[in-house]
Amino acid sequence: MESLDQIFVSGKQWLVAFLPETFQPIASILLVITAILGIFATLFAVTTILERKILGRIQNRFGPNRVGPFGFLQPAADGIKMLTKEDIVPRDADKIVHFLAPLALMIPVALALAVLPYGRNMVPVEFDAGLLFFFAVGASTELSVFMAGWSSRNKYSLVGAMRGIAQMISYEVPLVLSTISVIMIVGSLSLVKIVEAQSGFVFGWFPGWHVFTPWGLAGFVLFMIAATAESNRAPFDLPEAESEIIAGYLTEYSGFKYALFFMGEYWGMFAISGLAVTLFLGGWNAPFPFLQFIPSYILFFAKLIALILTFIWMRGTLPRLRLDQLMSFAWKFLLPLALTNIVVAAIWHFSKDLQLPGAPGLRWIFCALVLAIPYVWLGRGIAQAQRTKRIYKFAEN
Amino acid sequence: MLGTGIIKGMVETARNFVGSYHDPERLTTVQYPEEKLAPKENGRNFPFLVFDGNDPMAGLRCVACQICEKECPPQCIYIIKDTVKKPDHIGKMQVQPKTFDIDISVCMSCQICVEVCPFEAIKMDQVFELSTTDRFDDLLLRKNELAKPNSYYQQLHPIDAAESDAKLAEDKKKAEAKAAAATAPKPPSTEPTKPA
Repeated sequence: MESLDQIFVSGKQWLVAFLPETFQPIASILLVITAILGIFATLFAVTTILERKILGRIQNRFGPNRVGPFGFLQPAADGIKMLTKEDIVPRDADKIVHFLAPLALMIPVALALAVLPYGRNMVPVEFDAGLLFFFAVGASTELSVFMAGWSSRNKYSLVGAMRGIAQMISYEVPLVLSTISVIMIVGSLSLVKIVEAQSGFVFGWFPGWHVFTPWGLAGFVLFMIAATAESNRAPFDLPEAESEIIAGYLTEYSGFKYALFFMGEYWGMFAISGLAVTLFLGGWNAPFPFLQFIPSYILFFAKLIALILTFIWMRGTLPRLRLDQLMSFAWKFLLPLALTNIVVAAIWHFSKDLQLPGAPGLRWIFCALVLAIPYVWLGRGIAQAQRTKRIYKFAEN
Repeated sequence: MLGTGIIKGMVETARNFVGSYHDPERLTTVQYPEEKLAPKENGRNFPFLVFDGNDPMAGLRCVACQICEKECPPQCIYIIKDTVKKPDHIGKMQVQPKTFDIDISVCMSCQICVEVCPFEAIKMDQVFELSTTDRFDDLLLRKNELAKPNSYYQQLHPIDAAESDAKLAEDKKKAEAKAAAATAPKPPSTEPTKPA
């Protein structure tokens, strides 16, 4: 079992050992890069077809079912179509920025994928501040959205880019704040350490993942909501809202640049799902002791795919938000809850060694209450705000 | 409480997702080239020419009166009269079309030709698989491509076809009665003969 778990690590070492010693580090890096690009390109293809089929089924239709068995070769057909399409750049566009925008999305996203621990000893780049690095490069994808929208010289693009910037910067705050509780509890920014911290079992069988604690559950939910907004997916797909502004900042993109943008967005979703798995769902750890024989990378990707399916499910269910709803949700609901969550994580941390009868249960209930009360209270405020009539100060005169 | 609506919605979509697999009744999609929807009685797209009997050219009801050609708003009908005459359904000798072309790339499916035809000769068809590789010649339908039997019309629009059959049968009956009256011995004339 140990050999199967480490098959990729030992395989890489075996391959690299054929080369002279000076080339070994660079060969090792290249191998890892190839593997990551290959795996995530495949996952992208599989996700697109799965998404279209699941959305179809949710709407009681078949989804694509013509190319290959059950339509599963549809991504190949889509890829050929994208590659052979004419690459149109608007005459008045800022051509250099227009060309660089897809790259400005792909490169940070690929960099973000490099710090995730995919399995035991399987971290492409092991940083002590992996989480910090992830958010640093993840935040720079906002630049690509604005580059695309600004350089296209199209009003739809610009509106999409403006919405994108406003949304991504607003949701960056709860996204980062929801992870702070994890950092506080684990005491490290290293993603490997965070995974290791979740490897134990409570009572000897229950997974010690962060999501099974009050602050972890709240953090996970906040993180997932903010991650949906960060990756511009429904119900937060205002930047590309096709029914309102054609395709938002993607309006003037065609052919392979569009494909790159599309792939970059999906990779962003994979990266942020991978981070959610790492921070809250135990990374590559098995859920139960008797499942520990499963190789760690299979567990990681199973959790990753489960999260992706949740994203698709949410997209098939929820309608798009209005911009003011989006903003008030971020600043009036997610942000206060994320701040409360930090306090709860602190309570959790300092009540660890409390000597009281029934202390673990009491600690759990107290922390859950501290989170539940603001949740209900803030939720009521949002519901009331939805019921009051909107006043258009400037439009009605 | 906030979030209950979202959970309700998620359950509903999950029910649709699972339901569409174990209950095919939910799926409204028709897998087109393999399955087709039954044609609708009132559906119409392009005109065709009705013929009686087995020979399309001999049984063609059209008498080349050119009313449809003149009435056609986009002018997509083109008729040349033949010099040879042939008997129509009541046995009267009538002109027949030598050429009868309809350019279905021009036709706007208005059905005016059908409304104006006094001979029940032109009717609306429901064919829709008309894609071709030649957009000029293959979309210009000739007389032999347009001719379709009355049984086809009956099957396509049963109610309209019954009406038109009844009208033709009545015409025929009237004509027969008239013919019978013509061949019968003339009743004595009541009109006073003119003085020579």
